[in-house]
Amino acid sequence: MKNEGEATERPDNTAFTQQWLPAWQPILSAGIVIPGFLIIGLAFIGIGIGLFLTSQTIQVLEMDYTGIEKDSPCFRCTIQSVQNCTCEVTFSLSALFTGPVFFYYGLSNYFQNFRKYGVSKDYYQLTGDTQYFKSPRDVCSPYSYDSKNNPIVPCGAIANSMFNDTFELYQIINGTKKKVPLDGKGISWWTDYNIKYRNPLSVNGSFASAFDGTVKPINWPKAAYELDLTDPNNNGFLNQDFLVWMRRAALPQFRKLYRRITEGDYAMGLPAGNYSLTVHYNYPVLSFDGRKKLVFSNVSWMGGKNDFLGIAYLVVGSLCMVMAVVMLIVYAKFKFSEEDDA
Amino acid sequence: MLRRRLNRLCGGDEKRVDSRTIYVGHRPCPDTEAFIPSKFCDNRIVSSKYTVWNFLPKNLFEQFRRIANFYFLIIFLVQVIVDTPTSPVTSGLPLFFVITVTAIKQGYEDWLRHKADNEVNKYPVTVLEDGRSVKKESEKIKVGDVVEVVEDETFPCDLILLQSSREDGTCFVTTASLDGESNHKTHYTVPDTEKDLQALPATIECEQPQPDLYKFVGRMHIYKPEQEPAVRSLGPENLLLKGATLKNTKKISGVTVYTGMETKMALNYQGKSQKRSAVEKSINAFLLVYLCILISKAVVCTTLKYVWQSKEGQDEPWYNQKNQKEKDTNMYLKMFTDFLSFMVLFNFIIPVSMYVTVEMQKFLGSFFITWDKDFFDPEIQEGALVNTSDLNEELGQVEYVFTDKTGTLTQNNMEFIECCIDGFQYKHRDTRSELDGFTVTDGPVNKLQQKAGQEKEELFLRALCLCHTVQVKEAGSEEVLTDQVDGIDGMQPQPEEERGFIASSPDEIALVRGAMEYGFTFLGLESKSMKIKNRENNIEEYKLLHVLNFDPVRRRMSVIVQTKSGETLLFCKGADSSIFPRVKPEEVDRIRMHVERNATEGYRTLCVAYKQLSAEEYAVADTGLREARLALQDREQKLMAMYNQVETGMSLIGATAVEDRLQEEAAETMEALQGAGMKVWVLTGDKMETAKSTCYACRLFQRGTELLELTVRTLEDGRLKREEKLLELLRDYHRRAVQDAPPVKAGVTRSWSTANQDYGFIIDGATLSLVMNPSREADASQYRSLFLQICQNCTAVLCCRMAPLQKAQIVKMVKNSKGSPITLSIGDGANDVSMILEAHVGIGIKGKEGRQAVRNSDYAIPTFNLCFILPQFLYQFFCGYSQQPLYDAAYLTMYNICFTSMPILAYSLLEQHISMEILLDNAALYREIANNAMLRWRPFLYWTVLGIFQGLLFFFGVRFLFSNPALQDNGQVFGNWSYGTIVFTVLVFTVTLKLALDTRHWTWINHFVIWGSLAFYVFFSFFWGGIIWPFLKQQRLYFVFANMLSSVSAWLVIIILILLSLLPEILLVVLRKPRGPHSRQKKPSQSNVGGSQSSQSSARPLLMRTFSDESNSVI
Repeated sequence: MKNEGEATERPDNTAFTQQWLPAWQPILSAGIVIPGFLIIGLAFIGIGIGLFLTSQTIQVLEMDYTGIEKDSPCFRCTIQSVQNCTCEVTFSLSALFTGPVFFYYGLSNYFQNFRKYGVSKDYYQLTGDTQYFKSPRDVCSPYSYDSKNNPIVPCGAIANSMFNDTFELYQIINGTKKKVPLDGKGISWWTDYNIKYRNPLSVNGSFASAFDGTVKPINWPKAAYELDLTDPNNNGFLNQDFLVWMRRAALPQFRKLYRRITEGDYAMGLPAGNYSLTVHYNYPVLSFDGRKKLVFSNVSWMGGKNDFLGIAYLVVGSLCMVMAVVMLIVYAKFKFSEEDDA
Repeated sequence: MLRRRLNRLCGGDEKRVDSRTIYVGHRPCPDTEAFIPSKFCDNRIVSSKYTVWNFLPKNLFEQFRRIANFYFLIIFLVQVIVDTPTSPVTSGLPLFFVITVTAIKQGYEDWLRHKADNEVNKYPVTVLEDGRSVKKESEKIKVGDVVEVVEDETFPCDLILLQSSREDGTCFVTTASLDGESNHKTHYTVPDTEKDLQALPATIECEQPQPDLYKFVGRMHIYKPEQEPAVRSLGPENLLLKGATLKNTKKISGVTVYTGMETKMALNYQGKSQKRSAVEKSINAFLLVYLCILISKAVVCTTLKYVWQSKEGQDEPWYNQKNQKEKDTNMYLKMFTDFLSFMVLFNFIIPVSMYVTVEMQKFLGSFFITWDKDFFDPEIQEGALVNTSDLNEELGQVEYVFTDKTGTLTQNNMEFIECCIDGFQYKHRDTRSELDGFTVTDGPVNKLQQKAGQEKEELFLRALCLCHTVQVKEAGSEEVLTDQVDGIDGMQPQPEEERGFIASSPDEIALVRGAMEYGFTFLGLESKSMKIKNRENNIEEYKLLHVLNFDPVRRRMSVIVQTKSGETLLFCKGADSSIFPRVKPEEVDRIRMHVERNATEGYRTLCVAYKQLSAEEYAVADTGLREARLALQDREQKLMAMYNQVETGMSLIGATAVEDRLQEEAAETMEALQGAGMKVWVLTGDKMETAKSTCYACRLFQRGTELLELTVRTLEDGRLKREEKLLELLRDYHRRAVQDAPPVKAGVTRSWSTANQDYGFIIDGATLSLVMNPSREADASQYRSLFLQICQNCTAVLCCRMAPLQKAQIVKMVKNSKGSPITLSIGDGANDVSMILEAHVGIGIKGKEGRQAVRNSDYAIPTFNLCFILPQFLYQFFCGYSQQPLYDAAYLTMYNICFTSMPILAYSLLEQHISMEILLDNAALYREIANNAMLRWRPFLYWTVLGIFQGLLFFFGVRFLFSNPALQDNGQVFGNWSYGTIVFTVLVFTVTLKLALDTRHWTWINHFVIWGSLAFYVFFSFFWGGIIWPFLKQQRLYFVFANMLSSVSAWLVIIILILLSLLPEILLVVLRKPRGPHSRQKKPSQSNVGGSQSSQSSARPLLMRTFSDESNSVI
C-alpha cells in the first residue's frame, strides 16, 4: 500500500481536480434581463398576432347530429329498434368554404382514453401475424372470443367500438343532389398506414381466407376484410377509417378526421350554396350521454382553428413587456439608492 | 496447592468466576488437575461488514431499510401482483439500477476494508512452538502462544511480556495508535521467569477481556519441579496491547492472553452502525410528506372514480365492457386495487433515483477532496483520504467539532522555553549571547543581583538532570541528530550534546535537553546509577534509590538519589498546585509570578523542589516504599500515602516552562472555527495540565475565559463524598454558566467575540464516568442534563484523560442532544476511532465540496417530480379515473435516471455558488450554510408550490391546445400519446433549464451535461419512436415524437410553456439578486477591510482550510 510511487500519491494538479475549471458565471443583471424581456415580449406579441389572425381566417362549420331534440333530423334514428337508419342533415354556405376542406366527426363524453380500453388490442394481430389470430391476447378480453369461443380478429375494445356512421355529402344545385367526392386517403398517419399496421398475407390469393377460423368483432356489421371491398389498399387493417380510430384520442371530447374534400369541382373548396348530408346512423352514443358532431374545417400552417395559442402568446408577450417596464422602474429606483450608499 | 487456594481466597480479583486460564506455550502444567485447552476466539480482526456469502442478503436488507427503497420495492410488488397501469419494469428497472449501483459502491468499500483486514490478519508473526520459532500468519495466533516481536513491529495481540532483549527486563512501547500518546512507555517483564521460554511451565489467570486500556489484573503461576508454584501478580505494566508498537527494544517475547476481537483494541472499536447523514434524514422527512401527498392523491382519485362511475352509463359504456372476472370482483377489493393502481401511477413523485444521485454525488465529491492539492502534504507525500463518501454534505453543517489533542492540535514536540531559578528568569533563547548560556531577562527587584547564586543554579540544573525517567537512546546515540531548533553555535560542537532520549512524556525530554543547554548533560542510567556531566565536563554519578512515579492525582514525580558524598537527596518536580503546598511559603512568592505568567502564555509549567534526607528519614522512606510496593492489596493507595509522606517539607528551587509546539496555524484554525460558529471540544487522553495549556496556546481558552473545572482534583473534598461534591459543583457551574448568563439568542450570538463572559469547561475521564454512570441510576439523567447544559454554554470544552470509549460517549451524548447538531471528530489514532465512528463526520476536512451536496439533495426532491406527476394526476380527471398513464412507460422510467439526473449531479459537484476566495475570507458565510440551512422547509415549500404551478401549467396548456387535436397542416389529429409527449418534452426542458438558471458557475462540464441531456432526450425520443421494437407488445410511441415536431403548434406551445414556467424563477433571481446575502458586490469591500488577506489565502489554516481567517489581527 505504501510502496506505491510517490508521484501517484500526489493529487493531479489539473483544473478539474482542483475545481478551478474556467467557468462562465452569468449574472442576470438588469442590463440583460430588461432588454431580454422586451425582445421576448415583442416576439411573442408578434407571433401571437400572427397566430390569432391565422386562426381567425380558418373556417369551421360544426353540426351536432346526435338527434336529441325531437325536431332534429336524426331524432328518429336514436330509437333503438330502428335498423339501418339514415337521416339527412342540411346546411347552407353563404360564401366559399376555402379548400381543402377537412371533414371531421366528433364525439364527446366518449372515453377513448380509458386505460382498459386503451390496452385492449393485439398489436401482433394488427401487424398481420396470423399466429395471433387464433389466440388473441388476454388484454382484449372480453372482446377476444365470441360466445362460441371463436377468436375475434381484430380483437379488443378499440377495434370493436370502431365508429361506423358513414356520410355522403351532396351539394343541392337547383333541387338536384350533386355528390361531393370525399377523399378517404391520407387521413391517417403515414407511419400507421405504411409501417405500423400490416395486413395478413393472402392465402391462396384470397385475402378473406387469411381470416379463416376467426370471427368479426361483435359490433361490426362486416368483417375486417370487407371494410373496403372497392380498394384492396384500404381494406383490412389498413383501412384508413380503422387506423384513424385506432389512434386513441387524448380527451373525452375529440374529433377525428373522416374525409378530405380535394377532388373535382370541390378542390378549391365548397362553393356557397345548400348542402345535404346523408348520415347512415349506426353509432349509439346516448347510452352514455354522448354526442356526435360533424365538423367541416380548413386548416392553416398551424393546423385547425385554435384561438388559444394566439391568445396565450399575446398574453405572455404583454406580460413580458409589463414586467420589463416594472423592472425598469424598480431598477431605476434601486440604482439611485445604491448610488446613495456608495 | 494450598497456597493457590489461599491466593484464591485472598485475591479480590480471583473471585470473578469468569477469569480465564492460559497455559503458556500450551504446555500442561504439573500442578493442574487436567489440561483443558479452553476455547478462545482466534486472532482475526474483522472490520468489514460483509462476507462473500452474506453480502447479498445483508446488503439488500440494509438497502431496503431505507424508506425510499422499501417503498419502491412495495410498489414493484404491487405492480407484479395487481393489474396496474404501468408494467413492473417501470419501477423495477430503476430500483434494480439503484440497488445495483449502491451495492457495487458499498461492496467496493467493503472490499477495501477486507483488504485492510487481511493485511493485518496475514501479517507474518514469529511464534515459538515446540522449541522452534515458526512463522505464522497473525490470524493463526492462539491464546497461550508465545510470540516474538522485534523492534518497530506492532503487537499482533495482547501479550504478557515474558522476555525482553534489554538487560533490565523492560521494553518500550508507544501506544500512539491506541490512545494517542506517542511517547514511549516502559513495560516490564514478569519478574524471575525462566530464561528458557521453550520450557516454561506456567499458567496465567487473568480477567476476561474488557475494554479499559489501563486496567489489567492477573497472576501467573510458575511451576518448578519439586517446589511450590511461584505466583507473580500481573498488572497493566506487564501487558502489551495489540496495536501498540515496540520501540527501542530489539526483541521481546510474550505469551498471548487476548486475541482478535477480544483484544483491548478491538473492544474499543464500536459496532459499525451504518452512518446516516442528516441530509438523508431530512430527505426521509420530505419523503414522508410526499408519501402523504401521494396517498391523498390516490385517495382523491379513487373516491372520485366511484362517484363518477355511479352516474348512469359511465362505469361500463357499451364500448368498454368488463369481462366476467372484473364483474365478479368484490366492490371493496376493486376499490382497493384501484387505490393501489393510482399509487403506482403516481409513485414517481418520489424519485427512485434520488438516492442514486445523492450517492453518486457523494462518491464523486469525495474524489474532489482526495484530489484537492491544498490537502496535500508534501512531507508525507499523501493527500487527503476519504474513507466514506456518505457524509460529505455534513461537512457543511457541523456545529460541534471534537478534536484530539496529541498530533492533531499539537505536534507533540516539546521545547524548553525558559526557567526560573529562585525568582530569576532565564530565557533559553538568548543562550547564544552569553558565554555561559545564562541570561537574566527579567530581573528581580534587586538590580544588583542579576542572577541567582551559582549554587542554586547548579542545584536546579542537577534536579532537571536527575528527576525524570528518561532513557538515553542506545542505538547509535552518537549519531542521532535531534530536532533541536535553536542553534547551538555558541557552543563547541560536541556529539554528546545531541543525543536521543526516550521518555514517557515528551516534556521530560525537553527538560533534560534544556538542562543540557545550560551545561548539564544527562548521560544515562546504568545499573541504578545516573551519570551527568556538569559544566566543567566532569562526570557526576548518582545512585538512583527510588523513583516516585508520576500520577495524575499527585501530579508530581520525585526521585531519591544518593550522591557520591553519601548525601541522600530527593528531587521533585510537578505542577505548581501540587508543589506549592509542600514547600515553604516564602519561596513560593518569589516564583509564583513567573509560573503564572508562563501558564497564561500557554506554556506547560513545572516547579522543581528538593529536599535533603537524613539517613534516618531515608531509612523510614525506604522501608515504607518497599513495603508499599510489595503490597498485594490496595497497593496504589499505600504507595500514594507513602509518596505523600515523603514529599513534604521540600524547598522550592525553580520552575520551568516548556512549550508543546502547536500544529501550524492551529490557533488560527481554532479561532476560525469558533468564528464560524462552531463549538470546539478537545477530547484527549492526555493529562489535564498538558491539555489545558494546549488549549490556552491555541486560543481555545482565552485569557478572560473563566474555567469551570470538574476533575478528580476538584472533587477531592474531605467533607463530602465524591458524588455529592460532583452534584454540588455541577449545580454551581450550571448556575454560573447557564442561569446567570444573559439569554443568548441561538444562532445570532454564537460568536466567540461576544462581550459576555466566556466559560471554558474542563472535565476528566474519571469524573466523566461518574457523571455518566453514577452509582444511583436515578441521578443519571439529572447529571447528564446538567453537564450537557453547562457544556453547551461554554465556548470551549476540554475533556482530558479520556479512554477511547469515553470519547465516543461524549460525542454520542452531544449528538443526541436537543436539535441533534451535526458533529465532527478529528483525530489521528486508533484511540479516536470510536469517537470518529460515533460522530456524524469522521476525520473531516471541510471543503467547499461539502456544501453543494446539501443543495443537491434538496434540489433533487421537490420540484421535479411534483411537476412530473401532477399532469398525470390531472389527466385522471379527463380519462374517467381509469389510471391511464399520461407518459409512455419508457419516459416514466427514464425521467429520473437519464433525463434529469446528470445535470443535477454535475450541478451539485461543480457548483460554487460562492467563490472559493470569498468563502475563505468570510466566515460568516459559513454560518448560513451550517445548520442545514439549505434543506429547510421554506425552500421545500417554495419548490413544492413552484412544482404545482408548473404541473398545472404543463397540463392545462396542452389541454387547451388539444381542444382541437388537428395540429398539423395536413389536418390529421393527434392522439393521447402525442399529448403526453408534448407535456413530457415541456417538462424535461423546463426542469433542465431551471437548473441551468440556478447554475452560477458554468464550466464546460455543466454546458456539456445540460445541453447534452437535452440533446439526449431528443435523440432518445427519436430513437425510441423511430423503431418498431420487437420486444414491445405495443408500439404506442411509434413516430409520435417526430410527428409532434412536424407540427408548428406543438413547437409554439412547448416554447411558451417552458418560458412561462421559468418566468417565476427568472423574476425571483432578478429581483432577489441585488439584496441577496451572497451578493458579489460584497467582495471588494471585504478584501479592503483586511489588506493582508491576500497573503492569508496562501497560508490557510491547516485543518480547516475553507474557514475564514478573521483572526489575522489577533495573531
